[in-house]
Amino acid sequence: MDYSKYISKKAGNIAPSGIRKFFDIVAKCPDAISLGVGEPDFDTPWESRESAIRAIRKGYTQYTSNYGLLSLRKAISNYYLTRYGIEYNAENEIIVTVGASEGIDLALRALIDPEDEVLIPSPSYVSYQPCVTLTGGVPVAIDCKQENLFRVKAQDILKAITPKTKVLILPYPNNPSGAILEQDDLIEIAKVCIDNDLIVISDEIYSELTYTKQGHVSIASIQQMKERTIVINGFSKAFAMTGWRLGYLLAPKELITPMYKIHQYAIMCAPTPSQYAGLSALEEGLKDNFSVVVDMKNQYDLRRRFVLNSLIDMGLECFEPQGAFYVFPSVKCLGLTGEEFANKLFESKKVAVVPGNAFGESGKYNVRISYAYSIKSLTIALEKIKEFVLEIKSNK
Amino acid sequence: MTELERKIITLLQDNSRLSFDDIAVMTGSNKQTIESCVQSLQAKGIIVKYTTVVNVEKTGDEFVDALIEVKVTPQARSGFDSIAEEIVNFPEVKSVYLMSGTFDLAITIEGKTVRDVSLFVSERLSTLDCVTGTATHFIMKKYKEGGVALDLSNEKKRLPFSE
Repeated sequence: MDYSKYISKKAGNIAPSGIRKFFDIVAKCPDAISLGVGEPDFDTPWESRESAIRAIRKGYTQYTSNYGLLSLRKAISNYYLTRYGIEYNAENEIIVTVGASEGIDLALRALIDPEDEVLIPSPSYVSYQPCVTLTGGVPVAIDCKQENLFRVKAQDILKAITPKTKVLILPYPNNPSGAILEQDDLIEIAKVCIDNDLIVISDEIYSELTYTKQGHVSIASIQQMKERTIVINGFSKAFAMTGWRLGYLLAPKELITPMYKIHQYAIMCAPTPSQYAGLSALEEGLKDNFSVVVDMKNQYDLRRRFVLNSLIDMGLECFEPQGAFYVFPSVKCLGLTGEEFANKLFESKKVAVVPGNAFGESGKYNVRISYAYSIKSLTIALEKIKEFVLEIKSNK
Repeated sequence: MTELERKIITLLQDNSRLSFDDIAVMTGSNKQTIESCVQSLQAKGIIVKYTTVVNVEKTGDEFVDALIEVKVTPQARSGFDSIAEEIVNFPEVKSVYLMSGTFDLAITIEGKTVRDVSLFVSERLSTLDCVTGTATHFIMKKYKEGGVALDLSNEKKRLPFSE
């Protein structure tokens, strides 16, 4: 049977991820060492796990409000105010979503009409582009360069704007590069957005993993930006809760309304036990300045320095990532693309890293190395990468 | 203790073979600072010893570990100290703690056979003047030692890749 005629053009047109084949090979190799994960190696904090179990035992397993539990929304509101200084009304400016991923989809579906253009800094997380394509919109990549610390520049945004541009996605702290945006960058970007009447979708899922003294700054905290920003965040990275599928959207109520309608019909509500787990994560955190989160961040920070230093030691060009849990070295000096490097490295040392082009053409000469692993595992893997790099160099 | 000293101790407690260079990189400090910090922690007796956690079950050697509760009569001047010091000096004793609750001292001991441990309790420990009673608990299985989970298949079920 020829199924192709049944598949919608939109779905058919989404390009399959080119590196899947590579992933499949690695997944089948039992002694492979992977530095490819995009999730914490820590367990979800005990109190959150316990709260979910308690919720299940008590039979709190029905639907919640489509917006999510009001208590959870109040906690999220309190959290964003305490951590990032922005106030959202728990009643009508917050939707609890199935992971930040649902948030990305909702925001784009609520905003984009066919042919609307969406600016996406590149490299960045893999789902923005296909989600834009599914709405009929046009994804427009903005090249972020290593010499600019992979920060998207206001002037490059300006250059990419056409009369059809409607939305700018700001994915910082950035997966895969580990780049962040600081207050000064944000002020310049905000000006461009205001002058050109753009809406910003700010994906802040890695906000807690920012290693600068100032910490994460949300563009919504910049003057006149809250009214034109949809903030996406969630529990996965900060609280080691990836499998719980719990995220949230923060936006002015006029923007919440269309997203709420789609969410209501497509999803109903985020899983109830997960919502109780998230509530407990925030309530516990607000009591003790998020010591659990800070402890995890400090662990990542040690590893970040360690991995960065090891890569620089082997002669790879690598800028210092200041967010998330990835380093993104360039392998151009070895005369290889990121994809060639990843393939050869796996062939000869059984160590798997993610080719940078998975995240856009701007990452062609880079690879993404996750440091969400113990120092012990990282030491073993880096030793093998070092051997490999030296072999390549001596063969040149 | 300083923030840096705390960080160093945490790292060394997890892996005492980390080099000064590695610790310097991880803490964003330099080798000389780390070296002098560690020396001062040693001099102050805060770092007492660098040791190795062994999963003895895997060695195939015979061994028996026990935890012994000991009731003692405290001495006029030294309280529990002098009797504790006496017990500390037995080489087979691994640790000695003064406890709150229904007994006074908790001792962990390492022997090759049950007989070794029994002989220690009946002939060396119980015969001490101030010891008024003991209760010996043999350790049947170790799940965690020195902060490390032993031999549990708690390998994370993470996917090798996620974007």
